[in-house]
Amino acid sequence: MISMPRFLVFTAFLAGLSVIQVTTTAQPPQPRQRDELSLIIGDRIGTQPSFAVPDCLTLTPDEATAEAARTIAQVLWDDLEFEREFRMIARDTYRTIPVARSLDDLPFDRWQELGADGVISCTVEATSASQIEISARLFSVRSQESAFGVVYSGSNRDVRRYAHQLSDELHRHQRGLTGVARTRIAFVTDRDSQSVLGLVENRAVKEVYFTDYDGANVRRVTVSRSLNTTPAWSPDGRAIGYTSWLSGFPEVIISYLFEGRMTYPANGNANDHNFLPAFSPDGQQIAFMSNRDGNPDLYVVNVDGTEMRRLTNHPMIDTSPTWSPNGLQIAFTSDRTGSPQIFVIGADGTGLRRLTYETYCDRPTWSPPPFNEIAYSSKTGPGHDIKVLDLATNEVRQLTYGLGSNESPSYAPNGRHVAFMSTRGSGLKQIYTIGRDGKGLRRVTSTGNNEMPGWSR
Amino acid sequence: MRARGTTRWNGYVTVVVTALWLQAACARQPAPVAPETSPPPPAATSTTPSPPPPPAPPPVVPTELTPEDEFASRSLEEINRESPLAPAFFVLDSSELDDRGRQVIEANAEVLRRYPSWVVTIEGHCDERGTAEYNLGLGERRALAAQRHLVALGVDMGRVRTVSYGKEFPFDPDHDEDAWAANRRAHFVITAQ
Repeated sequence: MISMPRFLVFTAFLAGLSVIQVTTTAQPPQPRQRDELSLIIGDRIGTQPSFAVPDCLTLTPDEATAEAARTIAQVLWDDLEFEREFRMIARDTYRTIPVARSLDDLPFDRWQELGADGVISCTVEATSASQIEISARLFSVRSQESAFGVVYSGSNRDVRRYAHQLSDELHRHQRGLTGVARTRIAFVTDRDSQSVLGLVENRAVKEVYFTDYDGANVRRVTVSRSLNTTPAWSPDGRAIGYTSWLSGFPEVIISYLFEGRMTYPANGNANDHNFLPAFSPDGQQIAFMSNRDGNPDLYVVNVDGTEMRRLTNHPMIDTSPTWSPNGLQIAFTSDRTGSPQIFVIGADGTGLRRLTYETYCDRPTWSPPPFNEIAYSSKTGPGHDIKVLDLATNEVRQLTYGLGSNESPSYAPNGRHVAFMSTRGSGLKQIYTIGRDGKGLRRVTSTGNNEMPGWSR
Repeated sequence: MRARGTTRWNGYVTVVVTALWLQAACARQPAPVAPETSPPPPAATSTTPSPPPPPAPPPVVPTELTPEDEFASRSLEEINRESPLAPAFFVLDSSELDDRGRQVIEANAEVLRRYPSWVVTIEGHCDERGTAEYNLGLGERRALAAQRHLVALGVDMGRVRTVSYGKEFPFDPDHDEDAWAANRRAHFVITAQ
């Protein structure tokens, strides 16, 4: 159906592979002793344990190892700060505490003075020109016992990945929490300052990129010299679906990042246009918007392009679908009552219900469990703000308050954070993350305009 | 895709057509109307970049160009730059054509009747105040509304494609009422001559 320079796009995918594989080379955590499993630091009701993460001890004298030692400690500190389960003690307040000569020689008295309940000590060793070994332990300052220990070894190309894995394992071990330090955020950007080919007007291309959740390791996905929007990850993190004008008309494309393969499951053409793919929680289907019956309505199709079916049928606009975590319902935007509002419908097309009664709402995003809520953008003035509707209580809370326009919320896979686009500050569009309680705002992007975030599962 | 590809091929072909027309004009023959009903085979383009240079034309001024001749001698890009097809504008959050919009499309239908080989794409555009996702649907509806009206006026459906760009490609980058009004439009692009 479409003859496009797909090979161009593949090269960008392949460039992203080497880094991704780093994590697979990291060893699983070593078996822990039984008593370590039971030691939870700061286990007092209603208090946040305070943690310190000093620079890692370097076991080899080269500069690369020293750099890795600093990076791992800083990234780990940022990762732990992000979930706000621990009170992270600012790193510059303990620069004067000497790095321990070994893990058996920690200056616990100094850490106690600082008010730390836990200290994460790590060592970094270059085991070859390209290999690195990282050993980390969490100590209880009070009991001077090791609560958790882990050793990673593998490529030294992206040491941030080890810190991310360590953070996720610490959150799991200490708080029973699924961290998101190894997740990624897809988005579209005009940072390449290229113009769309074959048009009279000078129109800037938007290409799909993704980044680590913290803004590091930005990777390009599409090289299409075209318009691309609304990226969404497959649940297994191996593919990104998006709307692309690569063929001259809007079409849903799924790019399989590790295989260098693109598919067109909605099977559009010059007349039948497809937009806004959303993967079902099992990854087997996508919901999307299409004009194929003469008006924007919602459809569902298997990712392999089979079993196309129409979900909504209304003469006004139905768009922006999002699946419930159990895959049984789809929330979407419709202007059937006048202005755009959020509705929900069964995945079988029954049980339509209106959810919002506001000025203008769009881009619903259903949270992952254990929360049962829908984030959306709501017109609150000249611009939009991010709001969250709790489906159990019907209560609405607001995450942003009128700084610039705030659009396109997307949940972190643990449901505790929302990525969104905001024009606050410079007026440029940038991706931010914020806690589901409206706290902990962080900016993720800074180059050009960046928008329509899609957080990996 | 096909429409875009055709755009470029026809650009080259127009150069040839123009050259032929100039030679014909030199010979004081009536200017031929060049109907381009189908895209040329790709092989044609390989010869177009290096056509034999036409003999130096004597200073003959062709007289009384009809509008048809004028457009036939121009590339698609040139025609679209000073398009004879005007955009239809919309009010905020609406995809309904008002009286002015219908008049514009009736005038465009008249142009398309005069150039029966032209194929157009109607782009649906929105201002920046709505959300990016909803505007994809709104732009689609604006383009479809313009398409429906053109077809109702007798223009063959096969000559009128649509595409929604939502709020992604504003014509006026400013952030005021004038810019927003300019950006809420069904924009006509000629994609084949």
